[in-house]
Amino acid sequence: MQITDILFYFLSALTLGSAIMVALSRNPVHSVLWLIITFFAISGHYILMNAQFLGIVNLIVYAGAIMVLFLFVIMLMNLNADSEPQKNKWLKLAGIVAGGCLLLVMVAALKDAETAGKEMQLYTGDIGLIKNLGKALFTDYVVPFEISSILFLSAMVGAVAIGKK
Amino acid sequence: MPVERYIFLAIALFCIGIAGALMRRNAIIVFMCIEIMLNAVNLLLVAFSKMHHLQHGATNPSAGIDGQLFVFFIMVVAAAEVSVGLAIIVMMYRNVHSVDINFLNRLKH
Repeated sequence: MQITDILFYFLSALTLGSAIMVALSRNPVHSVLWLIITFFAISGHYILMNAQFLGIVNLIVYAGAIMVLFLFVIMLMNLNADSEPQKNKWLKLAGIVAGGCLLLVMVAALKDAETAGKEMQLYTGDIGLIKNLGKALFTDYVVPFEISSILFLSAMVGAVAIGKK
Repeated sequence: MPVERYIFLAIALFCIGIAGALMRRNAIIVFMCIEIMLNAVNLLLVAFSKMHHLQHGATNPSAGIDGQLFVFFIMVVAAAEVSVGLAIIVMMYRNVHSVDINFLNRLKH
């Protein structure tokens, strides 16, 4: 077993385990902390695939900005495990069964798909480096990039307008 | 490494997100499960871009770079979505003093 296999399985177990804990933990603050671990593990996957730019952006944007926003909102609302609304257990079971059925169907459908056995690059290849991504972003994708700045501006105005009332 | 390992990892992560979103009634946790689903898709896009680059990288050195840029744009949209969504949840909490999503079916009143 190579070191990349070990790293892949370790990161996958960390990702899936902490994602399950996000859905299961009763205290919302604990859910946010588990979600931060999930995002760190996903960043580890990106770095394992040598997508270094996306790994760092994932850390800064998700684990940094978005999670701080979630944590602020939860602490502003003073939520804890006691005030947590509970569904009855049959609805919870129905949710788990629905997710499991989707998992079963998609695994069964993709088990023999065309991609089976195709290799991918790990820790080599330079398309994930910031030099190449930046060059593509500012030549071929410059219009969507500028439009996304307008999206951010409108989201900012919208958040302020909704939150001010 | 064969790409289907990443396919199955992303499917599992996506299904955890769906099960969590159906299971919980706290609006913030439903929102976090949606973020998990977005991240599963991002992971799969990067894995496929690396697969595409291995197959066509010899003829076209920038093959597969589109996938990683899509991930970048998905992150942009997710950041905008989170800011507006959390503002809506805060407004809902201010009105009904709860983040139970069952209150949302009485949005009219």
